[in-house]
Amino acid sequence: MSLDKSDVEKIAHLARMALDESHIDAYVEDLSNILDLVEQLEAANTDTIEPMSHPLHMAQRMRSDEVTEGDCREVNQAVAPKTENGLYLVPKVIE
Amino acid sequence: MHSKTIAELGAAMQAGEFSSVELTRHFIERIERLNGDLNALITPTPDQALAEAEAADRVIRSGQAGPLTGIPLVQKDIFCTQGVKTSCGSRMLDSFISPYDATVVERLKQAGTVSLGKANMDEFAMGSSNETSYYGPVRNPWDQNRVPGGSSGGSAAAVAARIAVAGTGTDTGGSIRQPAALCGITGLKPTYGRVSRFGMIAFASSLDQAGPMTRSAEDAAMLLQAMAGFDSRDSTCADQPVPDYSATLNDSLRGLKIGLPREYFDAGLDSAVAASIDGAIGLYKQLGAEVVDISLPNTALAVPTYYVVAPAECSSNLSRFDGVRFGYRCEDPKDLEDLYKRSRGEGFGAEVKRRILIGTYALSAGYYDAYYLKAQKTRHLISDDFKRAFETVDVIMGPTTPTTAFALGEKTDDPVTMYLNDIYTIAANLAGLPGISIPVQPVNGLPVGLQIIGNYFTEGKLLNVAHRLQAETDWHLQTAEGFA
Repeated sequence: MSLDKSDVEKIAHLARMALDESHIDAYVEDLSNILDLVEQLEAANTDTIEPMSHPLHMAQRMRSDEVTEGDCREVNQAVAPKTENGLYLVPKVIE
Repeated sequence: MHSKTIAELGAAMQAGEFSSVELTRHFIERIERLNGDLNALITPTPDQALAEAEAADRVIRSGQAGPLTGIPLVQKDIFCTQGVKTSCGSRMLDSFISPYDATVVERLKQAGTVSLGKANMDEFAMGSSNETSYYGPVRNPWDQNRVPGGSSGGSAAAVAARIAVAGTGTDTGGSIRQPAALCGITGLKPTYGRVSRFGMIAFASSLDQAGPMTRSAEDAAMLLQAMAGFDSRDSTCADQPVPDYSATLNDSLRGLKIGLPREYFDAGLDSAVAASIDGAIGLYKQLGAEVVDISLPNTALAVPTYYVVAPAECSSNLSRFDGVRFGYRCEDPKDLEDLYKRSRGEGFGAEVKRRILIGTYALSAGYYDAYYLKAQKTRHLISDDFKRAFETVDVIMGPTTPTTAFALGEKTDDPVTMYLNDIYTIAANLAGLPGISIPVQPVNGLPVGLQIIGNYFTEGKLLNVAHRLQAETDWHLQTAEGFA
Protein backbone atom coordinates (compact mmCIF):
# COMPACT_ATOMS: atom_id res chain seq x y z
CA MET A 1 0.00 0.00 0.00
CA SER A 2 1.57 3.17 -1.14
CA LEU A 3 0.57 6.59 0.10
CA ASP A 4 1.39 9.82 -1.68
CA LYS A 5 2.09 13.26 -0.35
CA SER A 6 -1.52 14.41 -0.50
CA ASP A 7 -2.65 11.30 1.43
CA VAL A 8 -0.21 12.07 4.21
CA GLU A 9 -1.27 15.72 4.30
CA LYS A 10 -4.91 14.66 4.53
CA ILE A 11 -4.21 12.19 7.37
CA ALA A 12 -2.17 14.84 9.21
CA HIS A 13 -5.12 17.21 8.92
CA LEU A 14 -7.48 14.56 10.35
CA ALA A 15 -5.04 14.15 13.25
CA ARG A 16 -4.85 17.97 13.64
CA MET A 17 -1.08 17.71 13.56
CA ALA A 18 1.23 19.99 11.61
CA LEU A 19 4.07 18.27 9.72
CA ASP A 20 7.23 20.07 8.79
CA GLU A 21 7.13 20.47 4.98
CA SER A 22 10.70 19.21 4.68
CA HIS A 23 9.83 15.96 6.50
CA ILE A 24 6.74 15.00 4.50
CA ASP A 25 8.60 12.86 1.96
CA ALA A 26 10.12 10.82 4.79
CA TYR A 27 6.65 10.30 6.32
CA VAL A 28 5.32 9.20 2.91
CA GLU A 29 8.03 6.55 2.68
CA ASP A 30 7.87 5.40 6.31
CA LEU A 31 4.08 5.17 6.42
CA SER A 32 3.99 3.30 3.10
CA ASN A 33 6.53 0.80 4.47
CA ILE A 34 4.52 0.33 7.67
CA LEU A 35 1.35 -0.24 5.64
CA ASP A 36 3.22 -2.82 3.53
CA LEU A 37 4.01 -4.65 6.77
CA VAL A 38 0.39 -4.43 7.86
CA GLU A 39 -0.81 -5.74 4.50
CA GLN A 40 0.43 -9.21 5.53
CA LEU A 41 -2.81 -9.48 7.51
CA GLU A 42 -4.79 -9.81 4.28
CA ALA A 43 -3.48 -13.34 3.78
CA ALA A 44 -5.02 -14.53 7.07
CA ASN A 45 -8.41 -16.18 6.78
CA THR A 46 -10.64 -14.54 9.38
CA ASP A 47 -14.04 -15.29 7.83
CA THR A 48 -15.41 -17.01 10.92
CA ILE A 49 -13.34 -15.14 13.54
CA GLU A 50 -14.88 -12.68 15.99
CA PRO A 51 -12.99 -9.43 16.55
CA MET A 52 -11.15 -9.27 19.88
CA SER A 53 -11.24 -5.88 21.55
CA HIS A 54 -10.21 -6.83 25.07
CA PRO A 55 -7.72 -9.47 26.16
CA LEU A 56 -9.75 -10.82 29.06
CA HIS A 57 -13.18 -10.69 27.39
CA MET A 58 -14.41 -8.86 30.46
CA ALA A 59 -17.57 -6.82 30.67
CA GLN A 60 -17.19 -3.25 31.83
CA ARG A 61 -17.94 -2.78 35.50
CA MET A 62 -20.74 -0.44 36.46
CA ARG A 63 -20.64 1.88 39.43
CA SER A 64 -23.19 4.05 41.11
CA ASP A 65 -23.34 7.63 39.87
CA GLU A 66 -21.89 9.41 42.89
CA VAL A 67 -19.55 12.35 43.28
CA THR A 68 -16.22 11.00 44.52
CA GLU A 69 -13.87 13.90 43.81
CA GLY A 70 -13.89 17.32 45.41
CA ASP A 71 -13.22 20.55 43.55
CA CYS A 72 -9.84 20.09 41.82
CA ARG A 73 -10.11 23.05 39.46
CA GLU A 74 -7.19 25.03 40.82
CA VAL A 75 -4.89 22.03 41.03
CA ASN A 76 -5.75 20.88 37.52
CA GLN A 77 -5.58 24.33 35.98
CA ALA A 78 -2.17 24.95 37.51
CA VAL A 79 -0.70 22.86 34.65
CA ALA A 80 -2.68 24.56 31.88
CA PRO A 81 -0.82 26.73 29.34
CA LYS A 82 -3.26 29.67 29.74
CA THR A 83 -6.21 30.25 32.07
CA GLU A 84 -8.20 33.23 33.30
CA ASN A 85 -10.86 33.30 36.03
CA GLY A 86 -10.96 29.51 36.08
CA LEU A 87 -11.42 29.23 32.32
CA TYR A 88 -9.05 27.81 29.71
CA LEU A 89 -7.98 30.47 27.23
CA VAL A 90 -7.80 29.71 23.50
CA PRO A 91 -7.71 31.96 20.41
CA LYS A 92 -11.03 33.59 19.60
CA VAL A 93 -13.31 31.11 17.78
CA ILE A 94 -16.40 33.28 17.22
CA GLU A 95 -16.11 36.71 15.61
CA MET B 1 25.21 -2.06 49.45
CA HIS B 2 24.14 -1.72 45.80
CA SER B 3 24.67 -5.44 45.13
CA LYS B 4 22.31 -6.76 47.78
CA THR B 5 18.84 -8.18 47.17
CA ILE B 6 15.74 -6.42 48.48
CA ALA B 7 15.36 -9.08 51.18
CA GLU B 8 19.00 -8.63 52.26
CA LEU B 9 18.67 -4.84 52.34
CA GLY B 10 15.45 -5.05 54.34
CA ALA B 11 17.03 -7.41 56.87
CA ALA B 12 20.16 -5.25 57.18
CA MET B 13 18.11 -2.09 57.78
CA GLN B 14 15.94 -3.81 60.36
CA ALA B 15 19.07 -5.16 62.08
CA GLY B 16 20.40 -1.60 62.23
CA GLU B 17 23.45 -2.30 60.01
CA PHE B 18 22.61 0.80 57.99
CA SER B 19 19.65 3.13 57.66
CA SER B 20 17.49 3.86 54.65
CA VAL B 21 18.99 7.37 54.62
CA GLU B 22 22.51 5.89 54.37
CA LEU B 23 21.37 3.47 51.67
CA THR B 24 19.64 6.26 49.77
CA ARG B 25 22.70 8.53 50.01
CA HIS B 26 24.79 5.70 48.60
CA PHE B 27 22.52 5.45 45.55
CA ILE B 28 22.31 9.24 45.13
CA GLU B 29 26.11 9.32 45.05
CA ARG B 30 26.15 6.56 42.43
CA ILE B 31 23.57 8.42 40.35
CA GLU B 32 25.65 11.62 40.51
CA ARG B 33 28.75 9.72 39.43
CA LEU B 34 27.34 7.32 36.83
CA ASN B 35 24.12 8.72 35.40
CA GLY B 36 25.76 11.44 33.31
CA ASP B 37 26.99 8.94 30.72
CA LEU B 38 24.02 6.59 30.91
CA ASN B 39 21.19 9.17 30.85
CA ALA B 40 19.03 6.57 32.61
CA LEU B 41 17.40 9.09 34.95
CA ILE B 42 15.96 12.30 33.50
CA THR B 43 14.56 13.77 36.72
CA PRO B 44 16.51 12.70 39.79
CA THR B 45 14.70 13.66 43.02
CA PRO B 46 17.40 13.42 45.73
CA ASP B 47 15.71 15.74 48.23
CA GLN B 48 12.42 13.91 48.03
CA ALA B 49 14.29 10.58 48.23
CA LEU B 50 16.03 11.59 51.45
CA ALA B 51 12.77 12.79 52.98
CA GLU B 52 11.13 9.46 52.08
CA ALA B 53 14.15 7.60 53.48
CA GLU B 54 13.88 9.50 56.77
CA ALA B 55 10.21 8.54 56.97
CA ALA B 56 11.14 4.93 56.20
CA ASP B 57 13.73 4.93 58.98
CA ARG B 58 11.08 6.10 61.45
CA VAL B 59 8.85 3.19 60.36
CA ILE B 60 11.76 0.75 60.72
CA ARG B 61 12.55 2.07 64.21
CA SER B 62 8.92 1.66 65.23
CA GLY B 63 9.05 -2.00 64.24
CA GLN B 64 6.36 -1.56 61.59
CA ALA B 65 8.58 -2.12 58.53
CA GLY B 66 7.28 -4.11 55.58
CA PRO B 67 9.42 -5.96 53.04
CA LEU B 68 9.91 -2.84 50.86
CA THR B 69 10.34 -0.20 53.56
CA GLY B 70 13.30 2.04 52.77
CA ILE B 71 14.15 0.40 49.41
CA PRO B 72 15.34 2.96 46.79
CA LEU B 73 13.92 2.57 43.30
CA VAL B 74 13.20 4.55 40.14
CA GLN B 75 9.87 5.24 38.46
CA LYS B 76 9.55 5.15 34.69
CA ASP B 77 8.57 8.68 33.65
CA ILE B 78 5.26 7.37 32.29
CA PHE B 79 3.88 7.17 35.85
CA CYS B 80 2.33 10.36 37.19
CA THR B 81 4.12 11.54 40.34
CA GLN B 82 2.48 14.30 42.35
CA GLY B 83 4.57 17.46 42.40
CA VAL B 84 7.28 15.94 40.23
CA LYS B 85 7.76 16.49 36.50
CA THR B 86 6.18 13.65 34.51
CA SER B 87 7.34 14.04 30.91
CA CYS B 88 6.68 10.60 29.36
CA GLY B 89 9.91 11.27 27.44
CA SER B 90 8.16 13.96 25.39
CA ARG B 91 8.53 17.66 24.72
CA MET B 92 4.73 17.68 24.93
CA LEU B 93 4.92 17.13 28.70
CA ASP B 94 8.25 18.83 29.35
CA SER B 95 6.57 21.31 31.69
CA PHE B 96 4.01 18.92 33.18
CA ILE B 97 4.08 18.63 36.96
CA SER B 98 1.56 15.95 37.78
CA PRO B 99 -1.21 16.98 40.17
CA TYR B 100 -1.65 13.38 41.38
CA ASP B 101 0.08 10.03 41.86
CA ALA B 102 -0.48 6.97 39.68
CA THR B 103 -1.84 3.99 41.61
CA VAL B 104 1.48 2.18 41.12
CA VAL B 105 3.35 5.15 42.61
CA GLU B 106 0.84 5.50 45.45
CA ARG B 107 1.08 1.78 46.34
CA LEU B 108 4.86 1.72 46.25
CA LYS B 109 4.93 4.81 48.47
CA GLN B 110 2.53 3.16 50.89
CA ALA B 111 4.84 0.14 50.94
CA GLY B 112 7.61 2.47 52.14
CA THR B 113 9.82 2.59 49.04
CA VAL B 114 12.05 5.57 48.30
CA SER B 115 11.86 7.11 44.83
CA LEU B 116 15.27 8.22 43.52
CA GLY B 117 13.70 9.86 40.49
CA LYS B 118 12.13 9.42 37.09
CA ALA B 119 13.62 7.13 34.49
CA ASN B 120 14.17 7.96 30.82
CA MET B 121 12.02 6.20 28.22
CA ASP B 122 11.05 6.25 24.58
CA GLU B 123 8.64 9.09 23.90
CA PHE B 124 5.16 8.01 25.08
CA ALA B 125 6.64 4.47 25.33
CA MET B 126 6.84 4.23 21.54
CA GLY B 127 10.15 2.67 20.67
CA SER B 128 12.40 -0.33 21.23
CA SER B 129 15.73 1.39 21.80
CA ASN B 130 15.09 4.43 24.00
CA GLU B 131 16.26 6.59 21.11
CA THR B 132 12.93 8.36 20.62
CA SER B 133 13.15 10.14 24.00
CA TYR B 134 13.06 13.96 23.83
CA TYR B 135 15.83 13.85 26.44
CA GLY B 136 18.23 11.78 24.35
CA PRO B 137 19.02 8.08 24.31
CA VAL B 138 19.93 5.94 27.29
CA ARG B 139 23.19 4.02 26.98
CA ASN B 140 23.52 0.33 27.77
CA PRO B 141 25.79 -0.22 30.81
CA TRP B 142 27.25 -3.32 29.15
CA ASP B 143 28.45 -1.36 26.13
CA GLN B 144 27.78 2.34 26.02
CA ASN B 145 27.72 2.38 22.21
CA ARG B 146 24.67 0.16 22.31
CA VAL B 147 21.02 0.72 23.10
CA PRO B 148 19.47 -0.46 26.38
CA GLY B 149 16.26 -1.45 24.59
CA GLY B 150 12.96 0.28 25.10
CA SER B 151 10.70 1.68 25.92
CA SER B 152 11.57 1.16 29.63
CA GLY B 153 15.28 1.61 28.81
CA GLY B 154 15.99 4.05 31.65
CA SER B 155 14.65 1.73 34.34
CA ALA B 156 16.51 -1.24 32.81
CA ALA B 157 19.83 0.61 32.59
CA ALA B 158 19.42 2.00 36.12
CA VAL B 159 18.93 -1.47 37.61
CA ALA B 160 21.73 -2.96 35.47
CA ALA B 161 24.12 -0.17 36.50
CA ARG B 162 23.10 -0.65 40.14
CA ILE B 163 22.13 3.00 40.50
CA ALA B 164 18.76 1.79 41.83
CA VAL B 165 17.68 -1.43 43.52
CA ALA B 166 14.68 -1.76 41.24
CA GLY B 167 12.53 0.10 38.75
CA THR B 168 9.04 0.23 37.40
CA GLY B 169 8.29 -0.31 33.74
CA THR B 170 5.40 -0.60 31.35
CA ASP B 171 5.01 -3.09 28.53
CA THR B 172 2.76 -2.54 25.50
CA GLY B 173 4.65 -4.71 23.00
CA GLY B 174 7.71 -5.80 24.96
CA SER B 175 8.78 -2.59 26.69
CA ILE B 176 9.63 -4.30 30.00
CA ARG B 177 10.92 -7.64 28.72
CA GLN B 178 13.04 -6.40 25.79
CA PRO B 179 15.11 -3.82 27.74
CA ALA B 180 15.38 -6.30 30.64
CA ALA B 181 16.87 -8.79 28.16
CA LEU B 182 19.28 -6.31 26.58
CA CYS B 183 20.46 -4.98 29.96
CA GLY B 184 20.73 -8.34 31.74
CA ILE B 185 18.03 -7.87 34.36
CA THR B 186 14.72 -9.51 35.30
CA GLY B 187 11.57 -7.89 33.91
CA LEU B 188 7.99 -9.06 34.38
CA LYS B 189 4.99 -8.02 32.33
CA PRO B 190 1.95 -9.15 34.30
CA THR B 191 -1.38 -10.30 32.89
CA TYR B 192 -3.37 -7.44 31.34
CA GLY B 193 -5.37 -5.93 34.20
CA ARG B 194 -3.22 -7.33 37.01
CA VAL B 195 -1.74 -3.91 37.82
CA SER B 196 -3.77 -0.70 37.72
CA ARG B 197 -3.18 1.62 34.77
CA PHE B 198 -4.54 4.65 36.65
CA GLY B 199 -2.06 7.51 36.32
CA MET B 200 0.05 5.58 33.82
CA ILE B 201 0.05 7.76 30.71
CA ALA B 202 -1.88 5.77 28.12
CA PHE B 203 -0.35 4.55 24.85
CA ALA B 204 -2.49 1.59 23.75
CA SER B 205 -5.07 0.91 26.42
CA SER B 206 -5.92 -2.69 25.52
CA LEU B 207 -2.22 -3.65 25.65
CA ASP B 208 -0.51 -1.46 28.28
CA GLN B 209 0.52 -3.11 31.53
CA ALA B 210 2.90 -2.09 34.32
CA GLY B 211 5.41 -4.38 35.97
CA PRO B 212 8.61 -4.67 38.02
CA MET B 213 12.17 -4.47 36.68
CA THR B 214 14.66 -5.93 39.12
CA ARG B 215 17.87 -7.86 39.50
CA SER B 216 16.15 -11.15 40.34
CA ALA B 217 12.82 -12.97 40.30
CA GLU B 218 12.85 -12.90 44.10
CA ASP B 219 12.98 -9.08 44.05
CA ALA B 220 10.35 -8.94 41.28
CA ALA B 221 7.97 -11.03 43.41
CA MET B 222 8.26 -8.52 46.25
CA LEU B 223 7.72 -5.52 44.00
CA LEU B 224 4.76 -7.06 42.15
CA GLN B 225 3.18 -7.91 45.50
CA ALA B 226 2.93 -4.19 46.24
CA MET B 227 1.95 -3.12 42.70
CA ALA B 228 -0.77 -5.67 41.86
CA GLY B 229 -4.41 -5.71 42.79
CA PHE B 230 -7.80 -4.24 42.14
CA ASP B 231 -8.22 -0.50 41.70
CA SER B 232 -11.66 1.02 41.15
CA ARG B 233 -10.04 3.94 39.27
CA ASP B 234 -9.03 1.68 36.35
CA SER B 235 -12.13 0.12 34.78
CA THR B 236 -10.01 -2.63 33.16
CA CYS B 237 -8.19 -3.59 36.36
CA ALA B 238 -8.90 -7.22 37.25
CA ASP B 239 -10.87 -7.87 40.42
CA GLN B 240 -8.89 -10.98 41.30
CA PRO B 241 -7.11 -11.92 44.54
CA VAL B 242 -3.34 -11.34 44.61
CA PRO B 243 -1.52 -14.50 45.68
CA ASP B 244 1.63 -14.47 47.84
CA TYR B 245 4.24 -14.42 45.07
CA SER B 246 7.21 -15.00 47.40
CA ALA B 247 5.64 -18.08 48.98
CA THR B 248 5.80 -20.19 45.82
CA LEU B 249 9.26 -19.15 44.55
CA ASN B 250 10.89 -22.41 45.62
CA ASP B 251 8.19 -24.82 44.41
CA SER B 252 9.60 -27.85 42.64
CA LEU B 253 9.68 -27.82 38.83
CA ARG B 254 9.42 -31.60 38.62
CA GLY B 255 6.92 -32.45 35.92
CA LEU B 256 6.65 -28.84 34.69
CA LYS B 257 5.72 -28.91 31.02
CA ILE B 258 7.63 -26.33 28.97
CA GLY B 259 6.43 -25.62 25.44
CA LEU B 260 8.99 -24.47 22.88
CA PRO B 261 7.19 -22.78 19.98
CA ARG B 262 9.08 -23.66 16.81
CA GLU B 263 8.19 -20.23 15.37
CA TYR B 264 10.34 -18.61 18.11
CA PHE B 265 13.45 -20.49 16.98
CA ASP B 266 13.29 -19.71 13.27
CA ALA B 267 15.79 -18.25 10.86
CA GLY B 268 15.47 -14.75 12.31
CA LEU B 269 17.05 -15.84 15.62
CA ASP B 270 20.76 -15.20 16.08
CA SER B 271 22.50 -18.59 16.43
CA ALA B 272 24.56 -17.61 19.47
CA VAL B 273 21.42 -16.33 21.23
CA ALA B 274 19.69 -19.61 20.31
CA ALA B 275 22.57 -21.59 21.87
CA SER B 276 22.29 -19.56 25.05
CA ILE B 277 18.53 -20.21 25.26
CA ASP B 278 19.09 -23.94 24.59
CA GLY B 279 21.59 -24.01 27.46
CA ALA B 280 19.03 -22.60 29.89
CA ILE B 281 16.37 -25.01 28.71
CA GLY B 282 18.84 -27.86 29.32
CA LEU B 283 19.10 -26.71 32.93
CA TYR B 284 15.32 -26.79 33.27
CA LYS B 285 15.37 -30.41 32.12
CA GLN B 286 17.89 -31.15 34.87
CA LEU B 287 15.48 -29.52 37.33
CA GLY B 288 12.85 -32.08 36.32
CA ALA B 289 10.94 -30.16 33.67
CA GLU B 290 9.66 -31.79 30.52
CA VAL B 291 10.13 -30.04 27.18
CA VAL B 292 7.50 -30.23 24.45
CA ASP B 293 7.65 -28.88 20.90
CA ILE B 294 4.64 -26.72 20.16
CA SER B 295 3.44 -24.44 17.40
CA LEU B 296 2.00 -20.94 17.59
CA PRO B 297 1.09 -20.87 13.89
CA ASN B 298 -0.04 -17.25 13.73
CA THR B 299 3.17 -15.81 15.20
CA ALA B 300 4.03 -14.00 11.94
CA LEU B 301 0.79 -12.02 12.23
CA ALA B 302 1.71 -10.54 15.62
CA VAL B 303 3.85 -7.60 14.46
CA PRO B 304 1.48 -6.50 11.65
CA THR B 305 -1.54 -6.89 13.97
CA TYR B 306 0.18 -4.82 16.62
CA TYR B 307 1.01 -2.04 14.16
CA VAL B 308 -2.68 -1.54 13.52
CA VAL B 309 -4.08 -2.01 17.04
CA ALA B 310 -1.41 -0.03 18.92
CA PRO B 311 -1.33 3.02 16.59
CA ALA B 312 -5.13 3.07 16.41
CA GLU B 313 -5.41 3.20 20.20
CA CYS B 314 -2.49 5.65 20.39
CA SER B 315 -4.07 8.07 17.91
CA SER B 316 -7.20 8.06 20.03
CA ASN B 317 -5.41 8.34 23.41
CA LEU B 318 -3.03 11.07 22.28
CA SER B 319 -5.83 13.24 20.91
CA ARG B 320 -6.04 14.62 24.47
CA PHE B 321 -2.83 16.56 23.84
CA ASP B 322 -4.34 19.64 22.26
CA GLY B 323 -2.40 22.50 23.83
CA VAL B 324 -5.42 23.65 25.84
CA ARG B 325 -5.66 22.00 29.23
CA PHE B 326 -2.10 20.84 29.88
CA GLY B 327 1.11 20.14 28.03
CA TYR B 328 2.93 22.05 25.31
CA ARG B 329 1.32 25.01 23.53
CA CYS B 330 2.82 26.63 20.43
CA GLU B 331 3.68 30.35 20.37
CA ASP B 332 1.13 32.86 19.01
CA PRO B 333 -1.54 30.58 17.53
CA LYS B 334 -3.56 32.45 14.92
CA ASP B 335 -6.72 30.43 15.51
CA LEU B 336 -7.89 27.29 17.32
CA GLU B 337 -6.97 24.92 14.49
CA ASP B 338 -3.50 26.44 14.29
CA LEU B 339 -3.21 26.01 18.06
CA TYR B 340 -4.04 22.29 17.82
CA LYS B 341 -1.93 21.61 14.78
CA ARG B 342 1.24 23.41 15.76
CA SER B 343 1.09 22.40 19.42
CA ARG B 344 0.88 18.75 18.37
CA GLY B 345 3.31 19.13 15.48
CA GLU B 346 5.94 20.80 17.68
CA GLY B 347 5.23 18.82 20.87
CA PHE B 348 5.45 15.29 19.44
CA GLY B 349 8.57 13.65 18.02
CA ALA B 350 8.83 11.75 14.73
CA GLU B 351 8.00 8.23 15.97
CA VAL B 352 4.93 9.39 17.89
CA LYS B 353 3.78 11.29 14.80
CA ARG B 354 4.24 8.22 12.60
CA ARG B 355 2.06 6.15 14.92
CA ILE B 356 -0.62 8.82 15.27
CA LEU B 357 -0.75 9.08 11.46
CA ILE B 358 -0.97 5.29 10.97
CA GLY B 359 -3.67 5.03 13.63
CA THR B 360 -5.64 7.95 12.24
CA TYR B 361 -5.50 6.37 8.79
CA ALA B 362 -6.50 2.91 10.05
CA LEU B 363 -9.54 4.34 11.84
CA SER B 364 -10.60 6.75 9.11
CA ALA B 365 -13.82 6.37 7.15
CA GLY B 366 -13.57 3.63 4.51
CA TYR B 367 -10.50 1.95 6.03
CA TYR B 368 -11.79 0.81 9.42
CA ASP B 369 -12.87 -2.68 8.28
CA ALA B 370 -9.75 -3.31 6.21
CA TYR B 371 -7.37 -2.38 9.01
CA TYR B 372 -8.76 -2.15 12.53
CA LEU B 373 -11.50 -4.77 12.32
CA LYS B 374 -9.18 -7.12 10.43
CA ALA B 375 -6.45 -6.67 13.05
CA GLN B 376 -8.91 -7.35 15.88
CA LYS B 377 -9.71 -10.65 14.17
CA THR B 378 -6.08 -11.64 13.63
CA ARG B 379 -5.53 -10.69 17.27
CA HIS B 380 -8.10 -13.36 18.12
CA LEU B 381 -6.21 -15.93 16.02
CA ILE B 382 -3.00 -15.12 17.94
CA SER B 383 -4.80 -15.39 21.27
CA ASP B 384 -6.32 -18.74 20.26
CA ASP B 385 -2.84 -20.10 19.46
CA PHE B 386 -1.88 -19.58 23.11
CA LYS B 387 -5.17 -20.96 24.37
CA ARG B 388 -4.52 -24.21 22.51
CA ALA B 389 -0.89 -24.33 23.67
CA PHE B 390 -1.81 -23.94 27.34
CA GLU B 391 -4.10 -26.97 27.08
CA THR B 392 -0.92 -29.08 26.99
CA VAL B 393 1.91 -27.02 28.54
CA ASP B 394 2.38 -25.02 31.77
CA VAL B 395 4.71 -22.36 30.41
CA ILE B 396 6.12 -21.35 27.03
CA MET B 397 9.81 -20.53 26.64
CA GLY B 398 11.90 -18.87 23.99
CA PRO B 399 14.19 -15.93 23.39
CA THR B 400 13.01 -12.46 24.44
CA THR B 401 14.78 -10.83 21.48
CA PRO B 402 16.28 -12.13 18.22
CA THR B 403 19.71 -10.58 18.94
CA THR B 404 21.71 -8.96 21.73
CA ALA B 405 21.70 -5.16 22.10
CA PHE B 406 22.24 -3.35 18.79
CA ALA B 407 24.29 -0.21 18.24
CA LEU B 408 22.92 3.27 18.89
CA GLY B 409 21.65 4.66 15.59
CA GLU B 410 21.70 1.26 13.84
CA LYS B 411 17.95 0.99 13.31
CA THR B 412 16.67 4.55 13.63
CA ASP B 413 16.42 5.15 9.87
CA ASP B 414 14.06 2.28 9.25
CA PRO B 415 11.00 2.03 11.51
CA VAL B 416 9.93 -1.37 10.18
CA THR B 417 13.31 -2.96 11.01
CA MET B 418 12.99 -1.51 14.50
CA TYR B 419 9.47 -2.91 14.85
CA LEU B 420 10.55 -6.43 13.90
CA ASN B 421 12.87 -6.43 16.91
CA ASP B 422 9.78 -7.06 19.06
CA ILE B 423 8.72 -10.16 17.16
CA TYR B 424 8.85 -12.51 20.19
CA THR B 425 7.32 -10.17 22.77
CA ILE B 426 4.32 -8.60 21.03
CA ALA B 427 2.08 -11.68 20.92
CA ALA B 428 1.84 -11.88 24.74
CA ASN B 429 0.49 -8.32 24.81
CA LEU B 430 -2.06 -9.02 22.10
CA ALA B 431 -3.27 -12.07 24.04
CA GLY B 432 -2.98 -10.25 27.41
CA LEU B 433 -0.72 -12.95 28.87
CA PRO B 434 2.03 -12.50 31.48
CA GLY B 435 5.67 -12.88 30.45
CA ILE B 436 9.02 -12.57 32.17
CA SER B 437 12.53 -12.09 30.80
CA ILE B 438 15.51 -13.32 32.79
CA PRO B 439 19.21 -13.17 31.96
CA VAL B 440 20.91 -16.34 30.69
CA GLN B 441 24.43 -17.03 29.29
CA PRO B 442 25.72 -13.79 27.73
CA VAL B 443 27.00 -13.67 24.14
CA ASN B 444 30.25 -11.73 23.52
CA GLY B 445 29.84 -9.95 26.84
CA LEU B 446 26.28 -8.84 26.08
CA PRO B 447 23.21 -10.03 28.00
CA VAL B 448 20.67 -12.48 26.57
CA GLY B 449 17.10 -12.81 27.85
CA LEU B 450 15.09 -16.00 28.21
CA GLN B 451 11.39 -15.27 27.90
CA ILE B 452 8.86 -17.32 29.84
CA ILE B 453 5.18 -16.81 28.97
CA GLY B 454 2.42 -18.15 31.22
CA ASN B 455 -1.34 -18.50 31.20
CA TYR B 456 -3.54 -15.70 32.58
CA PHE B 457 -2.77 -14.70 36.19
CA THR B 458 0.09 -17.20 36.59
CA GLU B 459 2.66 -14.57 37.61
CA GLY B 460 3.45 -16.74 40.65
CA LYS B 461 4.36 -19.66 38.41
CA LEU B 462 6.54 -17.49 36.15
CA LEU B 463 8.40 -16.09 39.16
CA ASN B 464 8.82 -19.61 40.56
CA VAL B 465 10.20 -20.93 37.26
CA ALA B 466 12.53 -17.92 36.92
CA HIS B 467 13.69 -18.12 40.54
CA ARG B 468 14.58 -21.81 40.37
CA LEU B 469 16.96 -21.13 37.48
CA GLN B 470 18.44 -18.13 39.31
CA ALA B 471 18.98 -20.32 42.38
CA GLU B 472 21.18 -22.59 40.23
CA THR B 473 23.04 -19.99 38.17
CA ASP B 474 24.72 -16.61 38.58
CA TRP B 475 23.82 -14.89 35.30
CA HIS B 476 21.46 -12.51 37.10
CA LEU B 477 24.25 -11.54 39.51
CA GLN B 478 26.73 -10.54 36.80
CA THR B 479 27.35 -6.82 36.62
CA ALA B 480 28.68 -4.71 33.77
CA GLU B 481 32.29 -3.56 34.10
CA GLY B 482 32.54 -0.28 35.95
CA PHE B 483 29.23 -0.75 37.76
CA ALA B 484 30.01 -3.60 40.20
